[in-house]
Amino acid sequence: MADTALQLGIVGAYMVLALAVGAVAYRLTERTAEDYYLASRTLGTVVLLFTTFATLLSAFTFFGGPNIAYSAGPEWILVMGLMDGIIFAVLWYVLGYKQWLVGKRHGYVTLGEMLGDRFGSTPLRVLVAAVSLFWLFPYVMLQQKGAGQAIVGLTGGAVPFWVGAGGITLFMILYVALSGMRGVAWTDTLQGLFMLSLVWVAVAWVLSAVGGAGAATDLLATEQPAFVALGGGLYTPQYVVSTAVSIAFGVTMFPQINQRFFAAGSKRVLKRTFALWPVLVLLLFVPAFMLGAWAAGLGVAVPEGGNVVPALLGAYTPGWFTALVIAGAMAAMMSSSDSMLLSGSSYLTRDLYRPLTGRGDASDERTDRREALVARVGVVAFATLSFVASLYTPGTLVQIGDTAFSGFAQLTVPVALALYWRGTTRSGMYAGVLGSQAFYALHVFPVVSTLAGLVGLDVALPTAYLGWTPGVVGILVGLVLTVAVSLLTSPAASEDRTVYAVSGVESD
Amino acid sequence: MSRARVVGWAVVALVLMALAVPWFLWGSARIAFGLPLWLWWHVGWMALASVVFAVFAWTDWGIGVEGVGRRG
Repeated sequence: MADTALQLGIVGAYMVLALAVGAVAYRLTERTAEDYYLASRTLGTVVLLFTTFATLLSAFTFFGGPNIAYSAGPEWILVMGLMDGIIFAVLWYVLGYKQWLVGKRHGYVTLGEMLGDRFGSTPLRVLVAAVSLFWLFPYVMLQQKGAGQAIVGLTGGAVPFWVGAGGITLFMILYVALSGMRGVAWTDTLQGLFMLSLVWVAVAWVLSAVGGAGAATDLLATEQPAFVALGGGLYTPQYVVSTAVSIAFGVTMFPQINQRFFAAGSKRVLKRTFALWPVLVLLLFVPAFMLGAWAAGLGVAVPEGGNVVPALLGAYTPGWFTALVIAGAMAAMMSSSDSMLLSGSSYLTRDLYRPLTGRGDASDERTDRREALVARVGVVAFATLSFVASLYTPGTLVQIGDTAFSGFAQLTVPVALALYWRGTTRSGMYAGVLGSQAFYALHVFPVVSTLAGLVGLDVALPTAYLGWTPGVVGILVGLVLTVAVSLLTSPAASEDRTVYAVSGVESD
Repeated sequence: MSRARVVGWAVVALVLMALAVPWFLWGSARIAFGLPLWLWWHVGWMALASVVFAVFAWTDWGIGVEGVGRRG
């Protein structure tokens, strides 16, 4: 009970701190959309590194990942290394740096704007935003749901779910609407440093209690020899590669990550962030996931529906420390959600509201102020809707949220082609985006089997192709469609193939 | 010249990806210094990747990205 009060106190203290940061950021925020969404493209190395990092981390770092390591072995560390450490870093350069250059030159704030301008097509802009929001909305909802459940778990049900989820939603609205990107980035930085320190203290604490890493690993090798060996069980080569590729590709198209490509302060910031990326991945995921794996060797029992890290810490560290880690994990959930909320609202207001109400992109001070207001209304609308959805959590929404990464991953190849290959045409983009989305969606949702069932047939699409997931196959489908249709069609008159040709010199 | 460098760096990137998982240790349960050997490979590889990325950032940053599409 004392722990409960302590945990609530820590979560509460975090919220107050974040709100204070938000208030400071608010004082520094100009009333323009570019400042609100992108902090006027001024983020420095540490802030950009950690805000991107904290945004990537959700409850998976402390809960989901260690749970997998506990039940199937710690090879997810390699998935993370390949995915986040290498592939994402390369995409950071290939897509991120390019988007940064192009965005700086033309003043883009969202992915949809960037594509719509190049292909002279408002419908394409709307399509990309709609696809992104389709996958984003349920993902935000899942975070709210997770936070609500964590509060329920923390208080043993004393605080009902709707109060927990609603309170966190309200807090996020207040804070995101107030501070925009600058405040979000600053709290993410605090958060990232906090989580990183916490996980190392946890490892040191547990290992000193059990006699060091050698003893812990030996126990694991005795209890679960298969966990120490590389591969086996869940981990096939196809699983490792499919997961790493589809998540890395998906991450780059997640609105809150993609938008950070536009927010860097300078080329130097992008370079440093790029080089530090693998080290950060190493520092965080090795200790976090090894905790889960060692727990399996130490015979830590995890309660039904519970998580291994709190169980392990509960057995080896004092209650207040466990409380701190749980609070940190909840804060991680919130830091992902507030970034998603902010970016989601920019897609909503700029790529859906503007075109659909016939407003142009031309802006002066007056329209800028109005846009900034619309943006905040967008945040409120987005968060309220996802909160309402979290109360009912229809099964399909949960499914969409769980499959969001691969859904976003389908966008990566068409976007990369658009950025680099001048032969890409508007029709090619439509084919690539719609085709790969349709392919993937048909595999995620039981459309084919349901329709076949109606006419009495027992047909279903395969769940894997030679061990490769539909998410990865869909990426190839997108590649083939974009290239083939682009080759077969000629560019529309309103396309401007020169907008993405940028030199690095003018960006300094 | 520049094209050769782009290709060279692309190969480097592919090698970094391809060996991020130590496939040659697949199935191996060898332990060294308190951790599975494959985990040490991961530690070393991430450190190496970081150094390679830093070298790239300070020497050839921008190739393949800046000015692409100008020639069509």
